[in-house]
Amino acid sequence: MGAFIELQNITKRFGDATVVDDISLTLNKGEVFSLLGPSGSGKTTLLRILAGFIAPDAGRVLVNGEDITAMPPNQRPVNTVFQNYALFPHLTIRENIGFGLSVAKTPIDRVAEKVDEMLELVQMQEHAHKRPAQISGGQKQRVAIARALINKPQLLLLDEPLAALDLKLRQRLLIELEKIHAEVGGTFLYVTHDQGEAMSLGDRIAVMHEGGFCQIGQPAEVYEAPQTRFVAEFVGDTNLIDATCVEVENERNLGLSTTELGHIEHDLDSSRRAGGVFLANKAINLQPGDKAVLSLRPERLALRREPPPFAEEQNTVRGVIEDLSYQGSQTYYHVRVGERLLAVSKQHRRFLPHYTPISMHEDVWLSWFSNDGHLIITSRDQS
Amino acid sequence: MKTRQWIESVLSLPSFGWLVLFFAVPTVLVFALSFKSAEYGGTLGTGWTLEAWRHLANPAYPPIIWRTVWLSLACTALCLLFGVPVAYWIARLDPRWRHRVLLLVILPFWTNFLIRIFAWRTLLHPDGHLKNLLVHFGWAEPNTQLLYNNGAILLVLFYTYLPFAILPIYAAAEKFDFTLLDAARDLGATKWEAFRKVFLPGVRIGMLTAVLIVFIPALGSYAIPAVVGGPSSEMIGSKIVQRATLDRNIPHAAALGAFLTLVIFIPLGIAAFLRWRDRRVTRRSHGLTPGVTP
Repeated sequence: MGAFIELQNITKRFGDATVVDDISLTLNKGEVFSLLGPSGSGKTTLLRILAGFIAPDAGRVLVNGEDITAMPPNQRPVNTVFQNYALFPHLTIRENIGFGLSVAKTPIDRVAEKVDEMLELVQMQEHAHKRPAQISGGQKQRVAIARALINKPQLLLLDEPLAALDLKLRQRLLIELEKIHAEVGGTFLYVTHDQGEAMSLGDRIAVMHEGGFCQIGQPAEVYEAPQTRFVAEFVGDTNLIDATCVEVENERNLGLSTTELGHIEHDLDSSRRAGGVFLANKAINLQPGDKAVLSLRPERLALRREPPPFAEEQNTVRGVIEDLSYQGSQTYYHVRVGERLLAVSKQHRRFLPHYTPISMHEDVWLSWFSNDGHLIITSRDQS
Repeated sequence: MKTRQWIESVLSLPSFGWLVLFFAVPTVLVFALSFKSAEYGGTLGTGWTLEAWRHLANPAYPPIIWRTVWLSLACTALCLLFGVPVAYWIARLDPRWRHRVLLLVILPFWTNFLIRIFAWRTLLHPDGHLKNLLVHFGWAEPNTQLLYNNGAILLVLFYTYLPFAILPIYAAAEKFDFTLLDAARDLGATKWEAFRKVFLPGVRIGMLTAVLIVFIPALGSYAIPAVVGGPSSEMIGSKIVQRATLDRNIPHAAALGAFLTLVIFIPLGIAAFLRWRDRRVTRRSHGLTPGVTP
């Protein structure tokens, strides 16, 4: 256990553009690590540096303490599952999976034995004699995984392996990938722009943006406590509200004032107080005058026709439904509040026949508790 | 379906007619003429005879046939040896440069074929620039003979047919998915192994086309040996011309020509078989075989 794969101050420039900017990262043995970022964030470049296809301008890559920065890709204990599978079209599935062992001059019967194991692992036994063009996308992906795993890599790189597949198949293959990891172990680095995949598969996630890491942490940490505006917006849907810290006589909460949400009330000390101030947990240290942004997830907002009953540390605003989309398990609303349009999702825990759903243009109340949102500090008061 | 087939047949009639008129009929004529006897003065005798075919056993022919075959094979091998790397290189070029380089490849076609061969004769001439240059740098002795030998023929054959090899291989390489080479490297293959085990199979149809396009015309070449070859480096083509124009023995020329045609059918048959096998695999891959479930 402990540090197993180490990236030390990796930098890569293409012309004037710094694509990977002084990145350091440590992966533990046996963990699945997700690298999440939009296209152009540098994640593919970082992956190619790890695979050995690109040499970094600065920095080192260590595997188990050994410096492999200058090692060519064919000698690295690293294998890749490519985005478009990259199966060899002229070889059968069996030959594709055995390729790595064949070029390593492994005896034929040993290759056959290992290929059989891999075929079983990915459930492709009955397709062994076919060519890549004769199998479906999901099957190709399984073959690509088997082909990369047969060399028993210290690190398996997965480059958006499910991007080309449809949703249902993606979900199934995600579960299969988890099973495969449980069975063969090893350290996986999963690169994706899909936060769902990154969170469901990764023990930890790094969010990458403009060549650097914005945040590294467990999926729930990254989702619930984003450290930057970018992370809050990129990982899941959220409402970002700019606010300024104000004095509030309470030891557990901060007061924040904003002009964006119109009329805000908060419940404190047995009374509902108006005045454009909402409460937020004192999770970060803010002084009056400091500026921060509140990230408020759509599922954390409660939506009602009537004003919510009094509840300690609750914030309330009023709005009008401007847009809604029914999605079966939930309904997604856009609610006009002050000058903002807030995204709100409402889970349908039960459906009552006599209940009239909230519809377009209705006046509604939105409420959330002081610990429902997450504050990201943007600037300290200079005065 | 039937209408469609009918329309297709009608539309292919002109090219079919062209092939019959200028390919099938002349071939049959050549074969037919080879079974005639020859009279003095170039006229044909009456009746049929195997005399011209028997004449192929003439002890002068085997060395010429052998030379023709090995020069053509060597030329084909050289064209592949240079054509594959060049095609690979062009396919990996930035698209903006790719078309300029391709233009350079076909640039020689702007000049008449015969003029280019004669230019080689000037270059290789004992007092030519190339010879002088080689002597100047000490790479050749002053009495080295560059012209009128098998080497000169091979060089000019290679020069002539190289573009014909590059183009079909490039056409295949351009469609090749180069991430496959990354995948091979990633799995432990050296650069050379990746090239050999993944790139070459990937462009094999292009290479096959190149072999046909180079080998067949090279077998029948006569202008090149006539201009840069000497009396001791004749090819079958030279002999056919000699029989038809100097000896005015049409049946002999026809027998030689027919023999060459038969020789050409060998690589053509192999190529046809390989293509047929390849197509069968592709057709199966398009789901025409039952039991392929996604």
